[in-house]
Amino acid sequence: MSPGGAPVLDVNALLDDPATRIVVCCGSGGVGKTTTAAALALRAAERGRHAVVITVDPARRLAQSLGLTELDNTPRRVPGTEGDGSLHAMMLDMKRTFDETVAANADAEKAAQIFDNPFYQALSSSFAGTQEYMAMEKLGQLRRSDEWDLIVVDTPPSRSALDFLDAPKRLGRFLDGRLLRFLGSPARSGPLRLIGAGLGLVTGVVARVLGAQLLRDVQSFVGAFDSVFGGFQERAEQTYRLLQAEGTAFVVVAAPEQDALREASYFVDRLSAERMPLAGLVLNRTQHVLAPDLSAARASAAAEALETAGEHPLAAAVLRLHTGRVRRRDRERRLRDRFAAEHPEVGMVEVPARPEDVHDLDALREIGRALGGSDSAG
Amino acid sequence: MSSRDRDWDGARLHVVTGKGGTGKTTVAAALALALAAEGGRVLLVEVEGRQGIAPLFGVPPLSYEERRVAAAGRGEVRALSVDAEEALVEYLDLFHGLRRAAGALRRFGAVDFVTAIAPGARDVLLTGKVSEAVRRRSRPGGPHVYDAVVLDAPPTGRIARFLDVTAAVSGLARVGTVRDHADQVREVVHSAETVVHFVTLLEEMPVQECLDGIAELRALGLNVGGVLVNKVRPALLEDSVLTAAAGGVVDVDALARGLQAAGLPEPDGLARRLSGEVVEHARHVRMEREARERLAAAARPCYDVALLEEGVDLAGLHRLAESLRAQGAV
Repeated sequence: MSPGGAPVLDVNALLDDPATRIVVCCGSGGVGKTTTAAALALRAAERGRHAVVITVDPARRLAQSLGLTELDNTPRRVPGTEGDGSLHAMMLDMKRTFDETVAANADAEKAAQIFDNPFYQALSSSFAGTQEYMAMEKLGQLRRSDEWDLIVVDTPPSRSALDFLDAPKRLGRFLDGRLLRFLGSPARSGPLRLIGAGLGLVTGVVARVLGAQLLRDVQSFVGAFDSVFGGFQERAEQTYRLLQAEGTAFVVVAAPEQDALREASYFVDRLSAERMPLAGLVLNRTQHVLAPDLSAARASAAAEALETAGEHPLAAAVLRLHTGRVRRRDRERRLRDRFAAEHPEVGMVEVPARPEDVHDLDALREIGRALGGSDSAG
Repeated sequence: MSSRDRDWDGARLHVVTGKGGTGKTTVAAALALALAAEGGRVLLVEVEGRQGIAPLFGVPPLSYEERRVAAAGRGEVRALSVDAEEALVEYLDLFHGLRRAAGALRRFGAVDFVTAIAPGARDVLLTGKVSEAVRRRSRPGGPHVYDAVVLDAPPTGRIARFLDVTAAVSGLARVGTVRDHADQVREVVHSAETVVHFVTLLEEMPVQECLDGIAELRALGLNVGGVLVNKVRPALLEDSVLTAAAGGVVDVDALARGLQAAGLPEPDGLARRLSGEVVEHARHVRMEREARERLAAAARPCYDVALLEEGVDLAGLHRLAESLRAQGAV
């Protein structure tokens, strides 16, 4: 089905193509990114790929359906998949990923020094952007390990879909920034003095607001961290380039609602500006109508006639129910068509809303089938 | 303000949180209208720069300036988008007389730096502005400028850290002036005048986050307000019909007879297709009821916020506000 005349997102072709190595699911919070990522990975595995899905904060029962019982940062084989392929799944532990990255890049003494630093502790557990950066870091690690031929990643829940692209750069820029370098220099002397009074004023204010101890923590952190990571910025850019590389595909997930589609729209524009490969849009949890020939107006008039006559209460209630569903679907279609008109090049696939939560592989398989276009529900 | 006894009489700062996608901005806006309905002046605040409020009221994007966005009965709602950079500049000016430093701070990216270096500092600046609005009086000893402030807060996953400002800064900024600022914010947030409401949908993940969030805030000693169940649809079918349908059983013959009586063509085929919709609906209702039962564990008053089938607009917000008042929330 070609929704509203927009091109179709051919999920099967995307997953079957051996050149596809990374699929990134992104979108604003609450649209079903994690479920979509899991369903894509399962479908790929059951079509013969050796897939791994990195999830961030999955619903408890979804995690259980993937056999994930603990957050241990290691991909685990998902039991019960069909066919010759395989599926692994892991939940991202942001702090642990950061710690492992430090440990892998520093000798034991240096690493211990970094771990002990109060500023590192805050940075690794609560800095806005660390989660996004670590999702990227983990993606890079798994890609380099070459153990899987397809990696599906779910992006962290952030206030906007764009955070996912910006946060790693922001973190890199922050750790490499001139202010931090200035603070990190052993003595405020030499050529740095020439930067002038402006910077001095700024550090003075910062010290006053945050306290001098914090600045000292930051200084010692930068000293230890810098020698370990060389250029953090460079590293952030490396992971960014991984996203632009051939074999990566972005799938934008959106609910058929105004806010989510507006975010999706920003995201699509941004991906194209950054030359990131966009596969298409998954319109998730759309209203499903089983009797599409009966319009809302006609159903509502019929319900009213029965109610006025005081007869057939079951039929009257069912017609009211149908009226609501058709109105909702029509509204969703208007939103969808507006998006399609603004982005005529973006392929789209619809996944109908399920009456119940997802808690087993069968439900994920069914979503996978809808993603593959084999659900013709109106 | 009112002679009626409402659940949240006495609260002046209503913090509204919820999992992403549950519609907390919509609910916060409806709550603000409900609070203003009897003549109050209410401030509705967003802190994440999402500009989610302006489109609901059909006004241009908000700025760091309180602006009237709606009249509600004899009262009014004003709105404000708090930005950490503006809040820092205002803070430096008010507390340190350092307005001229602002330019240099911006030039060197120091605002990003301050708010990034101590993530809690950003939250303190944002909650600091909200607290200031709550405490503001028209003149010393005079009445409060705002009868109530409604905060469209960060999502449930971040709300405890956002509100627990003292912990946020004490770990890092142990001596700086932002620490003192945090203490003042703490006083407002922990006072009996502040309640935190949770918005949820009747689905597994939002309910789980809601329960976790409530437990977390209670552990911090914050006042948990009500649970606002969003996007509730009216019950159309009788319980016995729903129970049977959830098991896949619908009286298709009775349905067909009704459709025929209503003059609809091909009643038998239509009845079969519509019965599929009934089964899906019944399973959805069953899931929603399970979710509602789990919510009962929070032992907080629950309020229903109806699904607006045609999307959210100002008229819809007024209907939601009226319904919140009818349920005795505010």
